[in-house]
Amino acid sequence: MNERALRGKVAIVGVGETRYYKRGQSPDPEFCMALEAILSAAEDAGVDPRQIDGFASFYDERSTSVRLANALGTNSLRFSNLVWGGGGGGGAAAIGNAAAAIVAGIADCVVVYRSMVQNTARRFGQGSDKSTIEGANALTVPYGVITPAQQYAMKVTRYMHEHGVGRDTLRAISLASYHHAQMNPRAVMYGKPLTGQAYEDSRWIVEPFRLFDCCMENDGAAALILMPAERAAVATKSPVYILAAEQGGDPQGSSRSHNAPLYATSGFTTLAPRLFDRAGVKPQDIKFAQVYENFTGGVLMSLAEHGFFEPEEANEFLVLDNLIAPAGKLPLNTSGGNLAECYMHGLELQIEAVRQLRNQSTAQVAGADLGIVISGPMVNPVSNLILGTADTL
Amino acid sequence: MKNKRFYLPAGMPAPVPEADGLDAPYWQGTRAGKLMIQRCRQCERWQWGPEWICHRCHAFDLDWEAVAPHGRIYSWERTWHAPMAALKDGVPYLSVLVELVHADGIRMVGNLLGDPLQEVKIGAEVRAVFEPHDEAPSPYTLVQWEYK
Repeated sequence: MNERALRGKVAIVGVGETRYYKRGQSPDPEFCMALEAILSAAEDAGVDPRQIDGFASFYDERSTSVRLANALGTNSLRFSNLVWGGGGGGGAAAIGNAAAAIVAGIADCVVVYRSMVQNTARRFGQGSDKSTIEGANALTVPYGVITPAQQYAMKVTRYMHEHGVGRDTLRAISLASYHHAQMNPRAVMYGKPLTGQAYEDSRWIVEPFRLFDCCMENDGAAALILMPAERAAVATKSPVYILAAEQGGDPQGSSRSHNAPLYATSGFTTLAPRLFDRAGVKPQDIKFAQVYENFTGGVLMSLAEHGFFEPEEANEFLVLDNLIAPAGKLPLNTSGGNLAECYMHGLELQIEAVRQLRNQSTAQVAGADLGIVISGPMVNPVSNLILGTADTL
Repeated sequence: MKNKRFYLPAGMPAPVPEADGLDAPYWQGTRAGKLMIQRCRQCERWQWGPEWICHRCHAFDLDWEAVAPHGRIYSWERTWHAPMAALKDGVPYLSVLVELVHADGIRMVGNLLGDPLQEVKIGAEVRAVFEPHDEAPSPYTLVQWEYK
């Protein structure tokens, strides 16, 4: 095995979450939520929170490593890391960075976390009210192309046009998340099932996305604790191993005014083959997928780019029966995901992948030993990772 | 846009050139009813959006040339949920991505003029329509599109 690889060298030993709320409904401030999630993950891992010597997050995380280290009484802060880029594209990348720091001996116990409480922060789905605009945004905002849904709708429409993909695929992705959320008491949409008719009757946000094609906005925090593999077996009965984690995007993927050379992609055309190659597994070995749904169209594209089906096969593959636990071809977003569990910028998807591999999911996939997490399709950079049980090493 | 001067309602953010001047020739061009786009003097390829360097040959030798103001619809979207307060009474509206095949396939975002409920055909030929906002504190001109 290549020495310059993560495969099997780092394990996720603990996961923790706060209760998840609808946006603006958290009774606690954001920083408190971050602490609660980290303490919960440390307890799950059986480690003293003071031992955590690294902090990794992504996007605009406001709970900084130094404030957390101070609050927790960290013995020695050795690694502070934030992945650039919008939304949840850095979710798997933050885990990859944490793992890289561990493999390099920079840190021994790293927490990957995200905290979001929006009652004080600007909402994601609304433009600002500035009177002027410049740079890349000046080429789109004056034409009403402002929000993430609008930035990506044209990409998805072009993709569906090029490959003859129908909107039923998007509905199946949405219904799968809602289906799994009904088994998950932590899910914000628990007890609120979605029917195909209700999906079709929901209002358009921006074509081709209806309301239920778009992620929620939520308050909460989530955390995962990573340690070197050789120490992980001591810390926990069921370590989950990182087989590979990659980050990046297609060439010139964030070119201004929608000029990315490979326009109709979700950004994984180079990353996906690299991920499987470095993990030493194939798409057909994967037992479940947790795929970041900013919008269902990104899930469609990224699953094809990862080789689970050819774009021309999307209409046949993306039907509800194939996407649900315990025995679908590729159970998808088995906790409810960003659409129906919680939009914790996709970190809840990483935690659900760990649960599946520990055999602890509320929608357990039969024989789950290898799973994939795909973070932030269509943003730039994006990232992905493959996790496995000890048996897969 | 039969009876209105602007496709979208008033109150949209006004584009201003970047502080470092990178895209100023583009915005100056639109005021004169021209589509000014970057073209590398070394490798002669068109480039959009603007950058200080040619992506292909890395020359810092980019010229601005007028490109014929027409293209083909590459993709589109119809917005129903207003993304900001100024657009509350402006939905639905159509935005298009237009490919300028004769300029190395560069793409531009604009609105498709006419009925917002009209069918949009990917591949259809469109021409640019310049939409001047002369009364703005810093006057500017948007580039819209209509079927040929």
